[in-house]
Amino acid sequence: MAISLKLNGQTHKVDAEPGTPLLWVIRDELKLTGTKFGCGVASCGACTVHLDGEPVRSCQTFIEDVEDSEITTIEGLKSTPAQAVQQAWTELDVVQCGYCQSGQIMSAVGLLSENAKPTLEEIDDYMDGNACRCATYQRIRSAIVRASEIMEA
Amino acid sequence: MSVLSSRRGFLKGAAASAAAVLVIGVAPSGSMAAANAADTTMLNPFVKIAADGTVTAIVKHFEKGQGPATGLTTLIAEELGVSMDAIEYEFAPSNPKLYNNTAFGPIQGTGGSTAMFNSFKQYRQAGAAARDVLLQAASLAWDVPAAQLKLEDGVISGGGNKAPIGEFVAAASKLTAPENPRLKDPSEFKLIGNASVRRKDTPPKINGTAKYAMDIQLDNQMVVTIKRATRKGATVTSFDDSAAKDVKGFIRAATLPNKAGVAVYAENTWASLQAREALEVTWDNSTAESRSSEDVYKELMAALNTAPEYNLTKNDQAEIADAIENADKVVEETFYFPLLAHAPMEPLTCTIEATEDGGVILHDGCQMPTSPHAAIAQILQVPMDKVQVNTMFAGGSFGRRATPTVDYQVEAALSFVMTDRRRPVKLVWSREDDITGGYYRPAFAHKVRVGLDADGNIAGWDHRVAGQSISKGTPFEAFSVHDGVDHLSVEGVTPTQYSIPGMFAGLTDIKPATTVLWWRSVGHTHTAYVMEAMMDAVATAAGRDPVEFRLAHLAGDTPDQKRLTGVLKLAAEKSNWGKGAEGRSQGVAVHKSFGSYVAEVVEISGDAENGVKIEKVTCAVDCGIPVNPDVIKAQMEGGIGYGLGHAMRDEITLENGEVIQQNFPDYEPLRIGDIGEIETHIVLSTQAPTGVGEPGTPPSAPALANAIAAKGPRVTELPMTKAGVTFA
Repeated sequence: MAISLKLNGQTHKVDAEPGTPLLWVIRDELKLTGTKFGCGVASCGACTVHLDGEPVRSCQTFIEDVEDSEITTIEGLKSTPAQAVQQAWTELDVVQCGYCQSGQIMSAVGLLSENAKPTLEEIDDYMDGNACRCATYQRIRSAIVRASEIMEA
Repeated sequence: MSVLSSRRGFLKGAAASAAAVLVIGVAPSGSMAAANAADTTMLNPFVKIAADGTVTAIVKHFEKGQGPATGLTTLIAEELGVSMDAIEYEFAPSNPKLYNNTAFGPIQGTGGSTAMFNSFKQYRQAGAAARDVLLQAASLAWDVPAAQLKLEDGVISGGGNKAPIGEFVAAASKLTAPENPRLKDPSEFKLIGNASVRRKDTPPKINGTAKYAMDIQLDNQMVVTIKRATRKGATVTSFDDSAAKDVKGFIRAATLPNKAGVAVYAENTWASLQAREALEVTWDNSTAESRSSEDVYKELMAALNTAPEYNLTKNDQAEIADAIENADKVVEETFYFPLLAHAPMEPLTCTIEATEDGGVILHDGCQMPTSPHAAIAQILQVPMDKVQVNTMFAGGSFGRRATPTVDYQVEAALSFVMTDRRRPVKLVWSREDDITGGYYRPAFAHKVRVGLDADGNIAGWDHRVAGQSISKGTPFEAFSVHDGVDHLSVEGVTPTQYSIPGMFAGLTDIKPATTVLWWRSVGHTHTAYVMEAMMDAVATAAGRDPVEFRLAHLAGDTPDQKRLTGVLKLAAEKSNWGKGAEGRSQGVAVHKSFGSYVAEVVEISGDAENGVKIEKVTCAVDCGIPVNPDVIKAQMEGGIGYGLGHAMRDEITLENGEVIQQNFPDYEPLRIGDIGEIETHIVLSTQAPTGVGEPGTPPSAPALANAIAAKGPRVTELPMTKAGVTFA
């Protein structure tokens, strides 16, 4: 079926069967590969994108359900929290292999967009669904705190 | 060990740059150097400089997060005399003549925490050689002796002249570099050891532009997933793809030439996954594995209770058993370690495409280019010099991307060989393929019996190990198996760095139940656990402090014991050993692996029954000269997390030959809330650098077990949750 997607501020016409995960349309049809495939069952968070500003797992979000939404991927991040998060990630050199980091950043931006000053416990709760096999968690936590400071400044 | 001495004068003529590289058949592949060849010059195989002065380091080790893209670049920048901002990097093409791992011999590859260890001198020499020819060129241009010139921050100055290096690149490329360029004295280092040096790969990894093999999107590519047998050794009898034909984008299915599975070709990843789901395969299970984990467990335990197949210490076991029997106290423990999957964040994938000249390009987060290079040439019947490897970022590995069988690249080649080769073939593994796909950390068991005399000193140590060899029957056998003993099964027990009087150690191999592989820190994953849990148990039985007891057995004059003592004392001091906060327990472990020395103190709150929370890990590492201190800290943090997460709750189990776990919900990764804080301290050292990718892992799990044992049970079978430990 023909679907019209609003993604990163642009409208894209794509042809995809109902039931196709948004992840695969973003990666294989729109060729935006910053959004990653990690598990396919919404268990690792590598595929996290924003739907109307809310983080969702794109591997379990189906194409027929998103036509009316504004989708943002890592390539389309522009908001103030996004800039603060990317700056903090840079200052602290959070990444190792980096494969999960698009998803981590999308979730972190989601957190700071709704709670500009999260406690450490709130950070752990919110980021629990984003796995990092390199275990960069300590830096993720510190970088979210740092991003919060940057936003406040 | 220096590769330069065996390739004397490799820099001579290397100035012919890209041309020289092409002659020996290693055209930089894909989007890499080839496109820029016109305006850049290879001053030697590791240093390329553009006319505008931009320096590019050619990095021979793949980047899976462990830091060589930063580390090797730092070495070039340091000796050449440019800032970290003025240097870029590219991954080397497949050419073991130029880019071999000098610790491995004639093989280009990454592993065993050797990247910095084997590159430290080579890359500094390459940077220094490039500096020298640039200075020579400036000397000729200005008629000023080279000794009066200096190169700093990309600018050559002296004798009243000053100009950026770009101006001298063309002339420098025609000059011969000295065979042994002067290297900086460590006191002159500006970048090596500088904690403010940032990772070179951060920018593309935070905005989605970093390209991993999974991100390959070539025109007209097909995506292949493979339906594999659920039991190792089963083969395809037949398949029915009538339901798969209803999946839009399905192209066709074909049995792999080796009958190990059915390749499902489709227009995109989702269609391939869907069509695979719809495929019906009939398997021949006559030669398939049928054992369960319980059978393997029983086999291991039986092996521990019979005379070991190999006497590792070459001494009289009966005599030591007697000494233990007659000792004042005996401490005995039996340990079990399950199969573990690596589960790198990026599932396995690679892409093969044909080139116009009859060759192929492999796009891969390639850990060991030499192996798939040869395998692909053979399977596709393409000359070796027409196979290119485009090494891309790898989304983790932990050992998984380096298999002796070259497993996933061979699958891609077999899938490609069954086509007309006009369309690129991208092989994609799902997470289920990864978790169930074999190549696990082998299951191991240890039984240790230690006698203590009346003064609390060790009177005898009887140590049996049983498990499945990683190397036997593979091309790596020659490297690690000697007199029948696979060193990878026992490293960390024999040798141990402790002075243990009257130690016997024996090994029994058990027959394979699945495919096994090195897993971050290899044999040390279980040997360090056993040695460190036993040292703790024995110290407790002797009524001695665990740190003091270890130090007493590391009191010799050997460099190993001195360096272990150094990190142990540092970790004890920084963790406030023995003075933990109210309600908390501490556990310690110290271990040498891959040439590096690491001590860790884990501090927990709670207890095994009511919920353990890991509050803090204090780590001390001695890895020689710390080239990139912040990368070293990151590797300790990651290695600790990797070790703790799996010890807490992960295992792969078999039932009638089938793997039970499928995906992250039942192979649960460490999560952000699992560890409170990790603090790493680096010992200042002037020794040559050693590895950091793996050495952080071995002490982590035993330090946690020792912390739990301070107020509760000593966990001797992993994972801890299965042994009854709860985590908060």
